[in-house]
Amino acid sequence: MTAAATRSTAHSIVEASPRTKAFAGGLVILYAVITILPLLWIVATAFKSQSDAIAYPPKVIFEPTLEGYVNLFTVRTRQTPDFIAKLPPPETWYDQLVRKRDMVIAGPSKVVPRFVNSLIIGFGSTFLAVFLGTLAAYAFSRFRIPLADDLLFFILSTRMMPPVAVAIPIYLMYRQLNLTDTRLGMILLYTAVNVSLAVWLLKGFIDEIPREYEEAALVDGYTRLQALRKVVLPQAVTGIAATAIFCLIFSWNEYAFAVLLTSGEAQTMPPFIPFIIGEGGQDWPAVAAATTLFVVPIVMFTVLLRKHLLRGITFGAVRK
Amino acid sequence: MTTILQPDHATMPGVSTPAKSRDARRVRGLSDRAIAWLFVAPTIALLLAINIFPLIWMIRLSFTNLNLSMSYLPLRFVGLDNFRDILTDEDVWVRLQTTAQFVISSVVLQVVVGFGLALLINRQFRGHSFWTTIILLPMMLSPAVVGNFWTLLLQPQIGPFNHLISLFTGVPPSSFSMTGQVALAPWTIVLVDTWMWAPYVMLICLAGLRSIPDYIYEAAEVDRASAWRQFWSITLPMTVPFLMLAVLFRAIENFKMFDMVNLLTSGGPGSTTELVSISLKRAAFEKWRTGYSSALAIILFVTVFGAANIYVKTLNKVKQR
Repeated sequence: MTAAATRSTAHSIVEASPRTKAFAGGLVILYAVITILPLLWIVATAFKSQSDAIAYPPKVIFEPTLEGYVNLFTVRTRQTPDFIAKLPPPETWYDQLVRKRDMVIAGPSKVVPRFVNSLIIGFGSTFLAVFLGTLAAYAFSRFRIPLADDLLFFILSTRMMPPVAVAIPIYLMYRQLNLTDTRLGMILLYTAVNVSLAVWLLKGFIDEIPREYEEAALVDGYTRLQALRKVVLPQAVTGIAATAIFCLIFSWNEYAFAVLLTSGEAQTMPPFIPFIIGEGGQDWPAVAAATTLFVVPIVMFTVLLRKHLLRGITFGAVRK
Repeated sequence: MTTILQPDHATMPGVSTPAKSRDARRVRGLSDRAIAWLFVAPTIALLLAINIFPLIWMIRLSFTNLNLSMSYLPLRFVGLDNFRDILTDEDVWVRLQTTAQFVISSVVLQVVVGFGLALLINRQFRGHSFWTTIILLPMMLSPAVVGNFWTLLLQPQIGPFNHLISLFTGVPPSSFSMTGQVALAPWTIVLVDTWMWAPYVMLICLAGLRSIPDYIYEAAEVDRASAWRQFWSITLPMTVPFLMLAVLFRAIENFKMFDMVNLLTSGGPGSTTELVSISLKRAAFEKWRTGYSSALAIILFVTVFGAANIYVKTLNKVKQR
């Protein structure tokens, strides 16, 4: 303790000593490295050949190939070497890659439509949820609404419900309305889940904008709607962007509803990825390639969101 | 909207042109009350349509014998039979027990790891921000995709996990299977869940630690309180509300756990990792026992609703600080 007291001229008393810092840093870095290894393994597996991917013992050093990515995007048929020898020379590098395995590309796989579904459903539901959420959050933040606390609790509680349980009546309802396995159905469902997060998060962000700005605008002769559009929204832009990213991540990652309510037309990536099958079971390099492509946007968003992450995961309650 | 001539004044609260009367405003635009309702109504309407209406429908179904794979059967109201069947079914209680074990062990482990990491990161060593971001990555991923790629990592022969364990312990890698063995599978789902969610607890605890003002520690130093004493009398009590928030949220999320476990073990081997949600999915979407599974879903709803209530109260408590 006396050591701390003598140091206090240079450091604050509560600042850790350099040795403590180094020790803490070492442990955290060790944990971070262990945490990231599984992800790195998947990224590496995407560049393995089929046989390297299922080698025993697992290979750390291997010859990288793009076969996994080619397999992800194509459907192939196996042919006899004689047949392949008779074909005209391969037109592209991926044709060549596939022929080395005695296969011929028969057509594109379903990964692109699934990816497009993920994008459409993700952006559609995010847009709707943020739009509705902004309006509701503004109202909750600025006006006295009877039973506001109960309404807010109701809004949040809908997000807490187990998806499998929610899916049972939704499945029946969508069957009646012909919304099963449609993008519209999934957009509506994800909007309903996301809007609760959007309301809670945005209410926090709007609460932080001083009322005086709007009041000045109202005095200037703006209507409420004009004040919202020209004063509040520009100030809330960061908050709205952060909220949108959170909604997008939820829709992007969602699996339970997607697997129970879609089967083809509107299927998104999460239920699709595990079922990328090659000859004899899961085609691990292709699965890993799909996982990598699927995860990259999330990693970028995490870095972008870093400052608002805490807010997002606590529904706006913890703000640091 | 185009009649506004001096919009810039709006952003300068100090400078305002002579005010138009409040009455004039009301005439030109909607009243505040109307706007409030107009803004809240679409959200409430959407939630009523997508959440509440189906929920009411489901409550009705829970009193029937509806089975979608045998829809030729006449729909019969069976009263509380479904609820009685569920509550007296030993299997259901076993699933609930499995779920409780999963929730408790994963949350405890995540609190230990998460809080520990938060204490370390709070030392503010150089580069802590970068490494924190790395640690946070797993929690942002899709649980389904995580469950799926961990099956590769945990394959006894071709996966790296067993070989890594064997490197440290000398146990042959193909002598055990993390997802295939009754004794190991329940711990495997806890392990992967902790890999994913310990960062969540860490992030919230970090906020708790940073909310403690320095002067309290300075006062403790003046009073010559030991580091141990400072931890128990200052650090821990002041982080507890944040910790509670993390624990409650994780507990609710893991109680509903479906995606990650469904892909990692799909409830197996046997039914050792069959959590309530997986069991519900089987009843509703494989056996198509809609009446029965509606009743089970309602029981889960009520449980989660109660937990959510406590969660929101804790949220508000943390918010006030």
